[in-house]
Amino acid sequence: MTGAADALLLLVLITGLFIVWSGRLAACVRAIAVQGALLAALPLVMWAPGGDVPVAHLVLMSVGALAVKAGIIPALLLRSAREAGARREVEPYVSLHVSALLGAGLVVLSLWLARVLVPPGPVTATLLLPAGFATVLLGFLMLVARKYAVTQVVGYLMLDNGVFIFGQTLAGSIPVVVELGILLDLLVAVFVMGIAIYHIGREFDHIDTRALNSLRD
Amino acid sequence: MEHLAALVLVPALLGVAALFVRGTRLQVGALLAGALLHLVLTGAAWVRRPDGYADYLRLDDVGMLFLSITSVLFAAVAVYAVGYLTGPTHDEPARLYRFVPYLLLFLAAMTLVAVTRHFAVLWAAVEATTLSSAPLVYFYRRGPALEAAWKYLMICSVGIALALLGTFFLGAAEAAVTTGPPGLALTDLMRAAPVMPRGWLRAAFVLALVGYGTKMGLVPLHTWLPDAHSQAPSPVSALLSGALLNCAFLGVLRFFQVCLASGDAAFARTLLLLLGFVSIAVATAFLIGQRDFKRLFAYSSVENVGILAVGVGLGGAATFGAMLHAVNHSFAKAGLFLLAGNVLRSYGTTDAGEIRGAVRQLPLSGPLLFALFLAIGGLPPFGLFMSEFTIFQSAIGDGRTRLGLLFVALLAVAFLAMAGVLLPMLQGESNRPPATARERALAVVPPLLLAAAVLALGVYLPRTLDTLLHAVAGVVGGTS
Repeated sequence: MTGAADALLLLVLITGLFIVWSGRLAACVRAIAVQGALLAALPLVMWAPGGDVPVAHLVLMSVGALAVKAGIIPALLLRSAREAGARREVEPYVSLHVSALLGAGLVVLSLWLARVLVPPGPVTATLLLPAGFATVLLGFLMLVARKYAVTQVVGYLMLDNGVFIFGQTLAGSIPVVVELGILLDLLVAVFVMGIAIYHIGREFDHIDTRALNSLRD
Repeated sequence: MEHLAALVLVPALLGVAALFVRGTRLQVGALLAGALLHLVLTGAAWVRRPDGYADYLRLDDVGMLFLSITSVLFAAVAVYAVGYLTGPTHDEPARLYRFVPYLLLFLAAMTLVAVTRHFAVLWAAVEATTLSSAPLVYFYRRGPALEAAWKYLMICSVGIALALLGTFFLGAAEAAVTTGPPGLALTDLMRAAPVMPRGWLRAAFVLALVGYGTKMGLVPLHTWLPDAHSQAPSPVSALLSGALLNCAFLGVLRFFQVCLASGDAAFARTLLLLLGFVSIAVATAFLIGQRDFKRLFAYSSVENVGILAVGVGLGGAATFGAMLHAVNHSFAKAGLFLLAGNVLRSYGTTDAGEIRGAVRQLPLSGPLLFALFLAIGGLPPFGLFMSEFTIFQSAIGDGRTRLGLLFVALLAVAFLAMAGVLLPMLQGESNRPPATARERALAVVPPLLLAAAVLALGVYLPRTLDTLLHAVAGVVGGTS
C-alpha cells in the first residue's frame, strides 16, 4: 500500500506549501487542520495492511491524532485569532511570495536530503523521508518568516507534524500510553500557547509578536 | 515500582487538587505536603533503591543524583515561597492558586525525567516541565513577563520538538539492527548501540543536543533563559536554574550514554566541548557590565551549564567534577536567586546600579549573598572550587593544557565581571531608608541552608554521595 501512503504524503506537502504562501490566519489554521487529518490517516494506511501492529493500537493512534491535530487544536487557534481580531497577516518578515519560493526550495532540498541519508530500516513509503524533512523545514520557515503569534504556533504545529511523519518509522513499537502522552503534551502546549495569545492580545491590542521586544541586554 | 510511581503521582495529584481550591491555607498545605512527602520518598530511595517497571520507570544512579538535587531544592524553595508570597511585604494580594498547582506539577514532571530510562517517556516529561513552568514565569501579569513566558514556550517547545526528532532517529537506528520492534529503552539501546548505523546515531545525538540543549541553556540556544529567569518570581527562578537545567542536562546525558555504548563517543565529546566553551565565553561576555542582577545570575547559569558540558566532554576525572559541579551549582544558584528575591523586595528594583549598601540594609541576606557570590565564583573553600578544580586538573592531567588554561581564564573573567556588578551593590551606605522590621526567618533560612551545603561540600564530601557521584561518572564516560 505504498501508493496510498505516498498519495497522503504528497497532499501533506501541498498543504505545507499552501500554508507558507497563505497570509490569511483562518486559512493557515484550517490548512494545518487538514494536514493533521491527513497525518492521522497515515498510521492506518502504512501499517494496517502489514498486520505487524495490532489494529486497535493503530486505530487509537489515528483517532487520537485526528481529535488533537485536526479537531481541538485548530478550534483553539481559530478562537484565539478571532478574539484577537486578527484576520490577515500584514507585512510578515518575509513576504508571502518569497516565502512560497523558499518553501519550494526547501521541498527540493528535502528530496535531496532523503536521497543522501540512507534510511536504516525497510522503506515503507517512498515519500516518507522527503515529506518528513520538508514538513519540518517548512515549519521552521513559518517560525522565522511570520510575526503573528497565531501563525508562529501554526509553524510549531507543522514542525511537530514533520516529526510525527518520522515517528511513523517506529509505528507500533512505542506503547499506546506513551504515544498518547506525546499527543497530550502537544495539546497542552497549544492550549498554553492559546492562553498566552489571548493575554498578548489583551495586553497589546494585537498579536504581533514584534511588541514582545522589551527584554534585551 | 509503587515507590517510583508515588514519587511522580504525589506531587502531580496534589497539584491537580490545588487547581480546584482557592484558600491560602490549603495551598500552603498542599505545597509543603508535596515538598515534604517528595523529600521523604527520595530519602527512602537512598535507603533501598526502589524496583522499576521495565525501563519506563527505573531509578538508576544517574537518575538518583538528579532526583535528589531536585527534591532538596524543591523543599528549600517551597519553604521560601510560602514566606515570599504570603508575607506582609508582598506588593499584591497573594495569588497562591496561580502558583502552587503549577509548582507541584513542575515537580512531578522533573521527577519523571529523573526516574525513567525510556526515551519517549523522558521526552514527554521534559516537555511537561516547560508547560507546567510557563504559567509560573507569567505569574506577575505584566507585559515583560508575558514576553518572557512566550519566548520560553516557543523556543523551548521548538527545541524539544527537535529532541523528539532525535529520539525517533535513535529509534530508526535501533530498528535497523534489532529484529523486534525498536523499544527506545536505554538498556536495549545500549546493547544495540555498537552495531547501529553511525550516521543516524550521530544525527540523533546532534538533534538531542540541540533540543535538550535549548532547554539546558547552552549558547546559542540560551536566548529564552535570561528573560524567563529575570521575569519569573525569584523562587521559580531558583528552581529553573537549580533543577530544570539539570533535568535537560540529564536528557543530553541519556543520549550520550548510547553514544558511549556505541564506541563512537569522540564525536559527541567534541560537540559537548565546543558548545560548552562557547557557552562559557558568551555568558561571560554578557556578565560584564550587566545591570540587572537577576539577569546576571541567569547568565551565570549559562556559564555553569557550559562547565557541565565541558566536564562531560573532557571525560576522565573531569566527568566526576562535572557531576559534583551539578550538585554545587544547583545549591549555590538556587540560594542566590532566593537572596535576589530578598534584595528585590527590599529595594524594589532589579537594577544593580540603583542598589547600594545591601549588606547594611539586609544584615542577613547581604552577607549571605556575598558568601554565595564567592562560592559561585569558584573560590575555596566552597564546593564549586572543588568541582571546577577537578575539571581543570583532569584537563591538565590528560595533556590538554590549552583547554584547561582557557577554562580557568574564562572562569576568572566571569568572576571579575560578577564582582564588578555585585560588590558595589553590597558595599557602602544603603541608599534606602533603614528597614523597619527584621528579616523574616522564612526568607533567610532556606538560602542559609543551601549556602551551608555548598560550603560543606567544599570541605567534606560524604562517603555515600562520593560513591554515588563516582558511580554516575562511571556510566557517563568518566573514570569511576
